[in-house]
Amino acid sequence: MTCDEAEVLLHALIDNELDAGHARDIEAHAAQCARCDSQLAAYRDLRHSLQGGSLRYTAPASLRRSIDRAVPSPAMANRRTLLKGFAAGSLMSAAAAASVAFMVVREDRDQRILGEAISAHLRSLQADHLTDVLSTDQHTVKPWFNGRIDLAPPVIDLTAQGFTLVGGRLDFIDGKPVAVIVYRRRVHVINLFVAQGLGPALPGPRTEIVQGFNMRRWSEQGLNLLAVSDLNSEELEEFGTKFERAFRATRSG
Amino acid sequence: MAYEGGGDRGKAERFRSAALPYLDDVYTLARYLLRNTADAEDAAQECYLRAFRHFETFRGGPIKPWLLAILRNVCRAEYARRGALAGMLDSLDDTQQTAEGLWDEAGHSPETETLQRLDSEAMQRLITQLPDAFREAIVLREINDLSYREIADITGAPVGTVMSRLARARAMLRAAWLAEENRS
Repeated sequence: MTCDEAEVLLHALIDNELDAGHARDIEAHAAQCARCDSQLAAYRDLRHSLQGGSLRYTAPASLRRSIDRAVPSPAMANRRTLLKGFAAGSLMSAAAAASVAFMVVREDRDQRILGEAISAHLRSLQADHLTDVLSTDQHTVKPWFNGRIDLAPPVIDLTAQGFTLVGGRLDFIDGKPVAVIVYRRRVHVINLFVAQGLGPALPGPRTEIVQGFNMRRWSEQGLNLLAVSDLNSEELEEFGTKFERAFRATRSG
Repeated sequence: MAYEGGGDRGKAERFRSAALPYLDDVYTLARYLLRNTADAEDAAQECYLRAFRHFETFRGGPIKPWLLAILRNVCRAEYARRGALAGMLDSLDDTQQTAEGLWDEAGHSPETETLQRLDSEAMQRLITQLPDAFREAIVLREINDLSYREIADITGAPVGTVMSRLARARAMLRAAWLAEENRS
């Protein structure tokens, strides 16, 4: 064995990746070559210093939580089973049963809206589905919606706040046309769905994770707004609050 | 349909118990590959979302290499986004010298010299300064504790290449270590 061969193979030796035959060859070579022998010792020493786990990083608890939340949990199913159990209960009055039925139906519609928003978000990420009107200029995107949908969606340029306006799109959720304003944060796309009567009016913003995507829903001036993104929840919240603030400013100013 | 059906909830629970214990491994590799906390968190999150989405394509065996392969793909997408580093991992020439001249050739460093113990933060920094392909190889081997075969599968390089990258990585790391001691 030559020193050149030994120089690489000694790493395999200290990594326990060599078969017994090659291991013997290296050791035999090192026994009569001072340079290779000291290299072997040096790299064993180095390897020893790297062991022990102190070079690992520990994932922050917030990251662990956010991943854990992103994976569907059985909690939702339990709640629904509970409602069904109530509905079947023989002691329940007809009125109570009706109201439970109403809740279940309403919840189903709510879930369907969220599910369709996710589907629309996923569709938009495929090539050429993201925008119908591609422009970073709010004065181009906003008029594009005229005549296409029965509302004037708030198209707000948040580029200065770190969320780049990419364009707009018309989509359908719950059988209704919905204005979609598209933003980007780094590699992450944010689809902001804007419609009237898309779910209940909400007193305050509501965030949730559906199928691994972060969602933020809120109501403003008779509109339902729903932001969907694979962006982390903190930054989506930041987007939501900045949008709300800018939206209010346009109305009052 | 907004929520997954019954079978998929079983899937979610299986995924949790199989994959979540390796979050530190995934996060550690992301930190070393991306050299930045916020990007590493993003990448680890994206890795788990992708892994969950494709969990049915996981064919058993150790799950750690599978997760790390997904993480590496996520990081490569991030490299591509960073533009300047696009394609770096693939096109990297194994004979490449580092431009900074921080590392002497292994042969020039006195092999008999015993390394003083550096604190782990200094060590992490030295590893972080290694060029991409070598940093990746040594982190997968020494910190994620994978075999040559597993590293070869993840990086798409032959086992021989993995071995020579590790040899170079250790030579550079040792030289950097000695240089660090001489500075201090």
